[in-house]
Amino acid sequence: MKNIKFLILGIFFAIVLSKTQAISWYRFYEMFTFQSFHMFGIIGGAVLVSAIFMQLFKTGKIKDINGHKITPKPKKKGYISTLFGGALFGLGWGISGACAAPIFVILGFKLVPALILLLGALIGTFLYGAISKKLPN
Amino acid sequence: MDFILQPWPWFIGGPLIAISLLLYFYFGQNFGASTNFETLCTMSGAGKVSDYFKKDWKQRDYALLFIVGLIIGGFITEGYLIPDPTIDLNPDTIQELSDLGFLNVASQYFPDEIFSTEVVFSLKGFLILIVSGIFIGFGTRYAGGCTSGHAITGLSSLQFPSLLAVIGFFIGGIIATWFLIPILF
Repeated sequence: MKNIKFLILGIFFAIVLSKTQAISWYRFYEMFTFQSFHMFGIIGGAVLVSAIFMQLFKTGKIKDINGHKITPKPKKKGYISTLFGGALFGLGWGISGACAAPIFVILGFKLVPALILLLGALIGTFLYGAISKKLPN
Repeated sequence: MDFILQPWPWFIGGPLIAISLLLYFYFGQNFGASTNFETLCTMSGAGKVSDYFKKDWKQRDYALLFIVGLIIGGFITEGYLIPDPTIDLNPDTIQELSDLGFLNVASQYFPDEIFSTEVVFSLKGFLILIVSGIFIGFGTRYAGGCTSGHAITGLSSLQFPSLLAVIGFFIGGIIATWFLIPILF
């Protein structure tokens, strides 16, 4: 039961995303057409405050629950994969207004459409896994 | 209590997302959402088809609980914490979407034109969602992360691949909203 804290954190994160409307299709449409500051403020604010936390992790001022140093996993390198993969993800995000975490949150709002999105995401992940060795990085 | 029921402004949302990231790392794990798609594939037996999925999903039990939390949180917020789902959208955006034929723009979180039961069970509506999902799943794995993992965790820890990924997200998102949505609707 030591992981129950992640369940509670998930509930908290879902409430934050929902209450700030960061799961709304309209908010993402508005973001991609640059007609509002709202989503840029949320993501930008999250990045800025997180950057401060990252410094505190790096200097060891904040350690994890077991007293270990916190080091975010390095992201895999590869220009084509990040840029092209990112653009494919962006296409799906732009049309459906959903990215990874919100798909799970939207299950609580619009069950059937979110299930279809999730099924699609699992098919997409499966396709990637099946052909990943043949793709350029 | 009144504050909780109002929509929360961006300057509350940004720091609260950062605090979620802080707690996730404090609890000893790397913050991100899209690796869960992989874990769910592994649990569904995808390892039989590709070695890529031959992983021990039980090591990610914490992440599965996080997802369950996301779902519960969605139900709680939808059911009890949003008495008025109107979105305070830019009037220009409302006009633009109305011109495309969207009805009751921003009167709720999700447009009926994509999310209503009737649309979802039509061929076009189903295809729009399933193909979007496939792009999301394939793209996020190819890029190595999503909005949480790349845009927030990656950018804030100054990782160059994340900057490329976010540029990619916007290229795709702009193509979708500027070109594909006007074609689809």
